[in-house]
Amino acid sequence: MNDSSFTHTQEPVLIIEPGRSEKNYWTDLWRYRELFLILAWRDISVRYKQTIIGVLWAIIRPFLTMVVFTVIFGRIAKLPSDGSAPYALLVFAAMLPWSLFSNALSESSNSLISNANLIGKVYFPRLIIPAATLVTAFIDFLISFFILIGMMFYYKFAPGWQIMLLPFFIILALLASLGPGLWITALNVKYRDFRYIIPFVVQFGLYVSPVGFSSNVVPEQWRLLYSLNPIVGVIDGFRWCILGGNSPIYLPGFLISLVIIAFFLWLGVSRFRKMEKTFADLI
Amino acid sequence: MSDIVIKAENIGKKYVIGHQAERGGYTALRDVLMQSARTIWHKTKDLAAGKAIIQGDTMEEVWALKGLCFDIFRGEAVGIIGRNGAGKSTLLKILSRITEPSTGRVTIKGRVASLLEVGTGFHPELTGRENIYLNGTILGMTRLEIKRKFDEIVAFAEVEKYLDTPVKRYSSGMYVRLAFAVAAHLEPEILVVDEVLAVGDMAFQKKCLGKMGDVSKEGRTVLFVSHNMTAIKSLCQRGFLLSNGRMVLSGDAEDVVRSYLDSGAEALSEKVWPDPQTAPGDETARIHAVRILDSDGHLTSQTDISSSISIEIEYWAMSPGIPLNVSISIFNSEEVYVLASPSTTDTEWFGNPHPQGLFRSRCVIPGPFFNQGRYSVTALLVNTERSHIIAQLDRIISVDMVDFGDARRGYLGYWGGVIRPLLRWKTVCLNNG
Repeated sequence: MNDSSFTHTQEPVLIIEPGRSEKNYWTDLWRYRELFLILAWRDISVRYKQTIIGVLWAIIRPFLTMVVFTVIFGRIAKLPSDGSAPYALLVFAAMLPWSLFSNALSESSNSLISNANLIGKVYFPRLIIPAATLVTAFIDFLISFFILIGMMFYYKFAPGWQIMLLPFFIILALLASLGPGLWITALNVKYRDFRYIIPFVVQFGLYVSPVGFSSNVVPEQWRLLYSLNPIVGVIDGFRWCILGGNSPIYLPGFLISLVIIAFFLWLGVSRFRKMEKTFADLI
Repeated sequence: MSDIVIKAENIGKKYVIGHQAERGGYTALRDVLMQSARTIWHKTKDLAAGKAIIQGDTMEEVWALKGLCFDIFRGEAVGIIGRNGAGKSTLLKILSRITEPSTGRVTIKGRVASLLEVGTGFHPELTGRENIYLNGTILGMTRLEIKRKFDEIVAFAEVEKYLDTPVKRYSSGMYVRLAFAVAAHLEPEILVVDEVLAVGDMAFQKKCLGKMGDVSKEGRTVLFVSHNMTAIKSLCQRGFLLSNGRMVLSGDAEDVVRSYLDSGAEALSEKVWPDPQTAPGDETARIHAVRILDSDGHLTSQTDISSSISIEIEYWAMSPGIPLNVSISIFNSEEVYVLASPSTTDTEWFGNPHPQGLFRSRCVIPGPFFNQGRYSVTALLVNTERSHIIAQLDRIISVDMVDFGDARRGYLGYWGGVIRPLLRWKTVCLNNG
């Protein structure tokens, strides 16, 4: 071997083989971080380019839902709030993670189909596409977070030290949506049936999850079972952070939610990676 | 000195396609229900196991590529040629990691950028500036790289004035120029290019070909698929000829091009797709047959240049109310684009909504028109309303025009030209004596 071939060994050597799982898949993902950012940026800027009131949509939707829920559950059904917290705050503290979760889930599960043209023409770790949609959902979340701040001023409600832990629960909400989102978007490539599941899950989940009411109204003996819904843990966590001591976390239930979220994340990632290589042939 | 950057060993790509079995005329409802129940059960089982489900009753394996072995050296420009369905695009997709091979192994040294389409990921709502960043990143450039080359890209595309206009307002020429400009400024060690140069006006195509030439002169490796034999000959040193998924010939680009042009001893004058489910097209319309007929209305693969020929396209309108038209493009054996003729003169059906059914469009090319040699016909089926190409069959049929000497009036020498119509001449005597 001469000198020139020695310098060439510095170049990345790529081996393409059937069924070969990329051993540096995760570092590859890191190498493509700019693509991740630019896809997220594209989704956000395209979304607001043809709207008149643009960003306001991210405020109006959760705000109106919150008003309706407060009236129905708080005033008409007269469900109790947590401690001294105003009912509207109780609802909005749950509205935030719920819309974060449901937006992230719907966008990520449609993401591969709506980027079909990229998948057939360029290589990159496919995981980037559904992951980038999480950023869009997160930006919407940030916008509606300002309503929460406004409401806190209005009710003169100061959060406790627990608010410092909110980022952890935001990540938890995103991970909770990423797991099922990955699985469904991968299945969606071949079977377009799965896109009909998501609106149903989102609509159904809004009532099954403790968004309009406190999870304390669930009878004690059912609470563990109720926590099988992973969003229960996320919502309880949000309420604990925002409302402070008024809504303590139900620990066994929260741990179950954590386990379920981790399980779905594992399932989603492993299914996605298994199907990833065939996307270009199917889409 | 020359070292191998791409080494392919026995690569193959298999697709499994399902066929619907022919059903008898009479079936009991009970049988149908049983059959569907069984199918659903099998599908669920496959789904749970994460296997791909094949639609249809019988399966067939189709090898898009089989047993390909080759080495490509650093700094080489290799042209890949072959007819449609020969496996060229599949090969490029495997090399650029878009799809994985079913057998074999490829070892690649260096960064690969693939350009299988011009303007991948372009978003119509975004401005030219934004799309340069988006497309550049998608093709594998870093933000810094794009920033550095930004002015160069804009200058190459000649769109300075429209940088902050959404690209949906661009003319198609500007769109293509911008898209190609981004791609032309990629700097990978290995560049994989599919038929993308057939865009833009002549001047721009020339500029692109020049740019491609520079790329290979800079010592980078280029793999290039094209139907443009002139481009292959001028850009590439080496050529691969693929046919039915196998490598038929590899060697000097000139030789491979010549053997490709000579191959297919007899021109194929008819192509028929009997099954309306699998014929080329989509759910709105599909092409049933394309053929070339002589002046007596018989299929012909060889005819005299002085007699007329007709080209027929038969198509199914699958869903009613779609405005359809057909179009042909004709190329000569040197891949010169001789003419294009959409069915605009057909006032009865052109662009008018079609009821469901089978249609035949025929176009007569009166002779003498062509010169001698082989002419290939590309057939298109178009949704007129959206100018959307439903099916495009590149050089699907061809005819050999031969010169029986009827119009020569005794001159027997070389008679050049892309076409050879007999034009009307008249001489008058202006000054007698």
